[in-house]
Amino acid sequence: MSDSLNFSYLVDGENFASAGQASVQVKKELRQLGIAPETIRRVSIAMYEGEINMVIHAGGGVAQVNVDDLGIEIILKDEGPGIANIEQAMQEGFSTAPDNVRSLGFGAGMGLPNMKRYTDDIQIDSTVGVGTTITMRVNF
Amino acid sequence: MMKINEIIASGKFSAVSVSEPEREIGGIYIGDLLSWVMGRAQADNAWITIMSNINIVAVASLVDAACIILAEGVELDAAVVETAKAKEVNILSTPLPAYEAAMELSNLRK
Repeated sequence: MSDSLNFSYLVDGENFASAGQASVQVKKELRQLGIAPETIRRVSIAMYEGEINMVIHAGGGVAQVNVDDLGIEIILKDEGPGIANIEQAMQEGFSTAPDNVRSLGFGAGMGLPNMKRYTDDIQIDSTVGVGTTITMRVNF
Repeated sequence: MMKINEIIASGKFSAVSVSEPEREIGGIYIGDLLSWVMGRAQADNAWITIMSNINIVAVASLVDAACIILAEGVELDAAVVETAKAKEVNILSTPLPAYEAAMELSNLRK
């Protein structure tokens, strides 16, 4: 069977306090599908980090989650500034987040590394000045 | 193992928002950098922090922490407490610093 369930969310780039709403919603949806708690934890943490990045750097974007027989795919798409050096951005501790974000406990340079840590596959497609699309997979 | 209501009964920790008094705590994690906490904390941990902004509720929920423990008497805005109640995230508070709070929890487990 090739049916898949799809969820889409708009990530509001203006409101840092509401960042994470899409991830929390996804967590709820996946729980209703009876998916294993550790899988849900991995998906929702990876997605939350992506959401936070979209709010900090890109003025928001769109998150799409697809559930199929093999696992869960998360696609995060924004029209932000893009990532100039992906290899550098993937290093723990590297961050370009502003101070106001750091004072909230983010901007520690752990976002992309956490997304990689919690997923089985991550593809980053980014063009400076155009935007970034991140596709992650968590297998069952 | 110990439960959230057992920690509160010890007298050193007070309830800020408790939806699951019977929830079991498995392990303790201390940290204030939210992304670091998301990378390292385990499900069912009691998470001790001094951060008080609204994002702690989402982090605890996504990590599936058993509860947040606010150390050093840190207080939350009413809006954060409301969000925690709505999302059923358990939050306790203690005047103790993080290390002493963890020691206290460790003693309670014995």
